[in-house]
Amino acid sequence: MELARLPLSQRIGRRLAEGIDSTLLVLMLSLSMLGLLALFSASYDQPSRVVSQLMNLGVALAAMWLVAQVPPQTMTRFAVPAYIVGVILLLAVWRFGDVVNGARRWLHVGVTRFQPSEMMKLALPMMLAWYFHKHETALKLRNFAVASLLLVVPLALIAHEPDLGTAALVGAAGFYVIFFAGLSWRVLGTLFGLGLAALPIVWGFLHGYQRRRVLTLLDPSTDPLGAGYHIIQSTIAVGSGGLWGKGWLNGTQAHLEFIPERHTDFIFAVFSEEFGLIGNMVLIVLYSLLVARGLVIAANAATVFARLLAGAISLMFFTYAFVNMGMVSGILPVVGVPLPFLSYGGTALLTLFIGAGILMSVHRYRKLVQT
Amino acid sequence: MLGREIRNSEQELQQFHVRVGVAGVAVLVAFALLAARFLYLQVLQHDVYSAKAEDNRISVVPVAPNRGLIVDRNGVVVARNYLGYTLEIFPKRVGNLERTIDELSEYVDITNRDRLRFRKLLQETRNAESLPIKNRLSDEEVAKFAANRFRFEGVEIKGRLFRQYPFGDVGSHVLGYLGRINTEDQAKLEESGVGANYRGTDYIGKAGVEAQYESELHGVTGFEQVEIDAAGRGIRTLSSTPSQPGSNLTLTLDMRLQQVAEVAFGDRRGALVAIDPANGGVLALVSKPGFDPNLFVDGIDPQYWAELNGSIDKPLNNRAISGLYPPGSTIKPYLALAALETGKRKPSSTIFDPGYFDFGGRRFRDDKKGGHGVVDLYKSITESCDTYYYHLANDMGIEAIARFLGPFGFGSRSGIDLAGEFAGVLPSPEWKLKRFKTPAQQKWYPGETISIGIGQGYHSYTPLQLAQALAMLADLGHMYRPRLAAHIDNPRTGEQREIPAELIQTVNLKRENVDFVKRAMAGVIKEGTAARAFAGVSYTVGGKTGTAQVIAMKQGEKYEEAKVAERHRDHSLFIAFAPVESPRIALAVVVENGGFGARAAAPLARTVLDYFMLGKVPPGMEQATPEDDAAAGDEDESD
Repeated sequence: MELARLPLSQRIGRRLAEGIDSTLLVLMLSLSMLGLLALFSASYDQPSRVVSQLMNLGVALAAMWLVAQVPPQTMTRFAVPAYIVGVILLLAVWRFGDVVNGARRWLHVGVTRFQPSEMMKLALPMMLAWYFHKHETALKLRNFAVASLLLVVPLALIAHEPDLGTAALVGAAGFYVIFFAGLSWRVLGTLFGLGLAALPIVWGFLHGYQRRRVLTLLDPSTDPLGAGYHIIQSTIAVGSGGLWGKGWLNGTQAHLEFIPERHTDFIFAVFSEEFGLIGNMVLIVLYSLLVARGLVIAANAATVFARLLAGAISLMFFTYAFVNMGMVSGILPVVGVPLPFLSYGGTALLTLFIGAGILMSVHRYRKLVQT
Repeated sequence: MLGREIRNSEQELQQFHVRVGVAGVAVLVAFALLAARFLYLQVLQHDVYSAKAEDNRISVVPVAPNRGLIVDRNGVVVARNYLGYTLEIFPKRVGNLERTIDELSEYVDITNRDRLRFRKLLQETRNAESLPIKNRLSDEEVAKFAANRFRFEGVEIKGRLFRQYPFGDVGSHVLGYLGRINTEDQAKLEESGVGANYRGTDYIGKAGVEAQYESELHGVTGFEQVEIDAAGRGIRTLSSTPSQPGSNLTLTLDMRLQQVAEVAFGDRRGALVAIDPANGGVLALVSKPGFDPNLFVDGIDPQYWAELNGSIDKPLNNRAISGLYPPGSTIKPYLALAALETGKRKPSSTIFDPGYFDFGGRRFRDDKKGGHGVVDLYKSITESCDTYYYHLANDMGIEAIARFLGPFGFGSRSGIDLAGEFAGVLPSPEWKLKRFKTPAQQKWYPGETISIGIGQGYHSYTPLQLAQALAMLADLGHMYRPRLAAHIDNPRTGEQREIPAELIQTVNLKRENVDFVKRAMAGVIKEGTAARAFAGVSYTVGGKTGTAQVIAMKQGEKYEEAKVAERHRDHSLFIAFAPVESPRIALAVVVENGGFGARAAAPLARTVLDYFMLGKVPPGMEQATPEDDAAAGDEDESD
């Protein structure tokens, strides 16, 4: 009624704003803007990248808006099909995938190709959340075993590609759901202990280059022309940034091409060199607020499905940020993880904004059960 | 019940809130850890890293090693490097590529071909620092460009070593070629952990021994620390770790023999493999037509590439190891040996050949109308009597034949040090069972055994397998893995690594039986099917002719060469070893669509053996010594 009296433009504005959580949106857009600044600096040789990243951002925002309109109840119905399709696509990759950079990760679909493992980043936590939602009333250890199985199948397929980085991230997302679902501390502790004990076995399964990456982390100087070079140079970039940074567009490390992959996985080195410790702290605060907002949404969610999924997505944001910044500053091995909202690339951005869209939907429909 | 569920839910929710709290704390702790790391790097260690960044005016520049040479068994160089000047474009530093190239063409002759090649390189190699627009600049072009260099940002002259194959297309399938490292190669290098060693290297072995022995030939990349100015240009070298040149590869191949064989082939298609029976060293390995590996070195231009790939002659296929042919009558000596070893026949046992063999309502014909009359085992080989082997195959049965032929390497990969070898087919009931799907197809019919006896039917082998089996026969049942590499020498340490002869297996054969078969094969040369091709030969040779059907003839239909399209004509085969007493060479020749074995393949083998045994150089080869002419293999830049 009241709405009908407003001018058209405002009505459209209202409709668009419906279901959009402004806190999340402001945080994400702030991060994206910082990303565009760093990208502009890193792209002095190819300014068109900034424009294309802006377009990626537009697409991602549209996707987020769409997802935010879908109630969690509807999402519940998509969980199982999405998971099954994801696993089938991973199997397809295993059988017919394209080998790029020595790993079989890509699947051709018509003229384009994509990585099904990217889809699993959201499909797996959805599936697990659905499973726990279904068995809500009486969770037994057996349920957790089944959940672990649901987790391990896609994980093994992704790890086999090999793409250990993505496997670890997808695994983490699944683990967060299980954690939030209430797997007992005793079992968690036991698993942790077993995991530690299994490390030497995992070592045996690693590919040569993966082992080297770990060893290189321990002593980068052993490989000055290869992977150690990335770590050495990105650490220098971060360290030389100092408290205030060298100033926007003044990073020597980035501009003299010492930073490899400076648009994508190592954009944090560019950012950190030019904006210094202050810039890094702003970044950490923004990420912390984002994660906190997500966890608050999870805590107030209406259903088991919604709260588990929201919790897992929030921690995913944290994980990506932490792993990437840790890698660039030399405390974690080099794995292919982009910095959320900052790294150049459409696919990663899309996943993040869809994740945010889910959070917004969960927030919007939080009161359903209480009425 | 309901009450308990609600209580459960409440409990669960409470538990969830606890977990959210725990997660929140964990996130904070982790971020605090990161912040501490930043504090450490950016405040406490800031001076150190600042200095390092300042020092990062020092850039590490890889120095590519010189690739090892390849020489033949006599030390003749078959692949080497020479220094040439190239005009290189740094695509990232050039605004408008097309315009820059147009402007460059005022000073340097840039053909349309160069442009096409450059465009192809640009597509294939992402992230390449610089790409050549023009190779092998003349001194005049170097001078002209140098005078106008200031006009071209992002274009530089580079001196670099080029791979060169002085013999041109001779031995192309053995040597293979180098090509620019493409994205796929790069990925493979990264995966095998040698990516860093290839920084600064643009080329990699793509085929032949260049690919097989890539890791030995490449060498170790060195690096220089170069001081650079704010724009990233080098000012002076501060220190350097020199590169270590790649090892030199010595082949078992005799390049002159190879050349003789290729000249003898002329324009005909086919393959020849010659092996030293005493150790498996490959003396010659020919696949015709070949290609000029020199054309690949600068990045092959798309037109030539399309020609090579599209030709129905398939010049890029190595027929010697991946061409599959029915052995035809060249299988007969082995079946004769099988008959002797298993006691199915004695040298003296004879049959009467009316010119055909009737089996299961079908008539299997002999080549000779009216037949060979009374035939013993010796005559069955010298005159290549089909009827004799129809009988023999029927008597032995397919199982026994397959059991005997298997150990001679028929139907299994020899393990030669080249990629792309095919296994071929040794026909047997088990093979059929695996190969076909329906029970009707899987069944082995006795009639099929009959044509197996004359080397037709499902038989299909590579010329290498034919030569390897003969070498094994010549060396009394010892089989060596065929190999092209004799030794690998590190020029820096002087260390020489022998590639030892590798005895794969030994089949116990009775000496008298082997000697009988050898004698009969010598008879083929003296008085048999190859007597005309070897008229007046002054050394001892054993051989066997063979003719392989390309298309199946219908029952009762007579093969008439004149009526058959060129590509459907029979393949001409010949196997030979010499000298008979203590063989030093065993070879197999296939001339595609060459007709009878005695006509095309046997004379070719004669030419090769004449050179090997007597050093007799065939006419038309004298001028083909490319040794001194560095431009011999150069690409024709005139169009």
